[in-house]
Amino acid sequence: MPFKILSNQKLSENVFQMDVEAPLVARSRKAGQFVIISVDEDTGERIPLTISGVNPEKGSIRLIYQRVGKATAQMAQLGEGDALGYIVGPLGKPTHIEKFGTVVCVGGGIGAAPLLPIAMALKEAGNTIISILGARNQELLILEDDFRAVSDELIVLTDDGSYGRKGLVTEPLKEVCSRDPKPDFAIAIGPAIMMKFCCETTKEFSVPTQVSLNTIMVDGTGMCGGCRVEIGGETKFVCVDGPEFDGHKVNFDLMMKRMGAYKVLEQKAFDNFNNHKCKIGLNQ
Amino acid sequence: MTNSEKLLQQLIEKQNAGELKAKDRYAIPCQDMPAQNGGQRRGNMKEVALGYTKIQARLEAMRCLQCKNAPCVEGCPVRIRIRDFVVAIAEGKDEEALAIVKENSLLPAVCGRVSPQEVQCQERCTVGKKFKDPEKSVSIGRLERYVADLAKSDSDIPKVASPTGKKVAIIGSGPGGIVVAADIRRAGHEVTVFEAFHKPGGVLVYGIPEFRLPKSIVQEEIDVLKKMGVEIVCNFIVGRTRTVKELMEEDGYDAVYIGVGAGLPKFMNIEGEHLVGVYSANEYLTRANLMKAYEFGRGADTPIAVSKNVAVLGGGNVAMDSARMAVRLGAENVYLVYRRSEKEMPARIEEVHHAKEEGVQFCTLQNPKRILGNEQGNVTGMECLRYELGELDDSGRRRPVAIDGSEFVMDVDTVIVAIGNGANPLIEQTTPDLEFNKWGNIVVDENCKTSVDAVYAGGDIVLGSATVILAMGQGRMAAAAMNRYLAE
Repeated sequence: MPFKILSNQKLSENVFQMDVEAPLVARSRKAGQFVIISVDEDTGERIPLTISGVNPEKGSIRLIYQRVGKATAQMAQLGEGDALGYIVGPLGKPTHIEKFGTVVCVGGGIGAAPLLPIAMALKEAGNTIISILGARNQELLILEDDFRAVSDELIVLTDDGSYGRKGLVTEPLKEVCSRDPKPDFAIAIGPAIMMKFCCETTKEFSVPTQVSLNTIMVDGTGMCGGCRVEIGGETKFVCVDGPEFDGHKVNFDLMMKRMGAYKVLEQKAFDNFNNHKCKIGLNQ
Repeated sequence: MTNSEKLLQQLIEKQNAGELKAKDRYAIPCQDMPAQNGGQRRGNMKEVALGYTKIQARLEAMRCLQCKNAPCVEGCPVRIRIRDFVVAIAEGKDEEALAIVKENSLLPAVCGRVSPQEVQCQERCTVGKKFKDPEKSVSIGRLERYVADLAKSDSDIPKVASPTGKKVAIIGSGPGGIVVAADIRRAGHEVTVFEAFHKPGGVLVYGIPEFRLPKSIVQEEIDVLKKMGVEIVCNFIVGRTRTVKELMEEDGYDAVYIGVGAGLPKFMNIEGEHLVGVYSANEYLTRANLMKAYEFGRGADTPIAVSKNVAVLGGGNVAMDSARMAVRLGAENVYLVYRRSEKEMPARIEEVHHAKEEGVQFCTLQNPKRILGNEQGNVTGMECLRYELGELDDSGRRRPVAIDGSEFVMDVDTVIVAIGNGANPLIEQTTPDLEFNKWGNIVVDENCKTSVDAVYAGGDIVLGSATVILAMGQGRMAAAAMNRYLAE
């Protein structure tokens, strides 16, 4: 069976880590790339997910995902031995890795997952890594140990102060940028609103900043244009021109609006799914 | 006995006696193809045109004058022996007709439905010329469909020569890829077709709607390939999963055909084009067709805009497909906005007729200036300008000129942009030695060979925007050249 699930582990209330067989993707994937998956080959929605790790021996990739809608809720229900409908990739341009000097890596919530392989690749290229990990609360904080291993300095925060420092990632980011010498490069991956404010922060200090965008997509090969964003006034497609862009040029406000395109329909599907699940429970 | 049956009876008697004259043929009425009526089909995805009955097909075929020089064949990109198959139908020899069609066309059920015959074979038809009306030409496309639909048995699987030990990779499972796969497999080579989507068929399944080309017909063609021993690998993106170079140098493919099809959708570059509710036709149709968004919440999980008033921009077949799809998805008003007049529309006349029957409102000589939205970023309207036709332009059509001060606002909540595609950059980004032109299309010679040895290409990625039949024509040519190359 292709796309067999090797493990599907709960990292926190709504965050899961799935190792799944995809030998062709595992072989050619590079840091920063993503896949499109569907739970059901025939009826499932295609959703883009970043690859947060790879096991070349097993021919598997690691997907870390948050249960936010029907598709991810279905994924969360799968276990070892089950399979995904399909996986296609790797998609997007790989991250440009070079020795910048000091790089500050900001990961918000689930954004820590795609950030990890990039931080590892940057470390390997000889950069000094300062990582800032933020989450709403301790429960949602993931990959702290992995980041500790790859970082020269790690700052952990929660919005509610339940773990680490209390506050938003932009505060320590500002402090790090105020140091002398300032960091040479920044990468921010997380919710759009977080990336937006990180970019505003680093812009003040003229620290070049890269972001990774995760917009709505259908095919992932440039054919549909659903993922289009405005970068420095020009239309770009996240799937073939990205997913990483110069964060100082991204029109985040527009992107956030586009990401909400199916909010109502998606919520309805998710509610239906959850109700359906409950009914099954009652019958048992 | 119906009138048609009586007429056919009389004509057959004359035909058998060798007395069927040109004037008798001219007198036979053009046979319309039965179709679901406009109101009924607004509410379903089923095929609109229902196909000829045997009586209709035979009457239509008898309209053919059987011209010695058969000008229709000249107009056919794959050179089907049109006159001969039409004559066979007229004589009641449907199986013979099908065999003739199949000599040159691998996908007659597809081509009979979606090819623009009115600008190809039917444009050259002597009957149409006699009436000075191409719509009165012999309906070759409908006849092709008629015979193709008769064929539904395994005995039609083409024979495969003994194994040659050579391997060919075909990138893209659209109409071009299907033709190349079949022709190369017939010569005994191993063939693998790579498809980026999770289902094979390319534009035939993601783009052309069910109501114009049922998916089951495409699936039958794919099944024929599989029975011939062609391997089809879905979810595989050449350029990302593997590069062309890796396929040839590491995976042992001796030749490659690139038929990746439509590329990046073009937008108008006007204000408001990124608002929620503005779609490329590619996205709209892919969601609705391939992803079955019309069944959202009833089995399918891919959403699509729930629209009240839809504007479709463009005048081609894809614009018609989008507009007709919007009708079926429940929009109250669907406006087709085109900056020239109806005469200049590149869409097939039949599709224009169908769209009108289904209630699509044609807004010609109009073009959007900007798309209006609210604070949430949703489309709330579209500001348009009225146009008039001026001098002839490079395309030989009268140039549309905006009328100053003619702005007005169209009340729409969804806008579908159907103005064509640019080239997909994926292969170019990942295949350094391949030569591309300035538009990003692959440069090929008269045999569809690219600048790289053993690599061939055809269809949209070469032509910019082709039709199904042109892609198949190129595929046929490329396959012949590839078979020659592999035999060396």
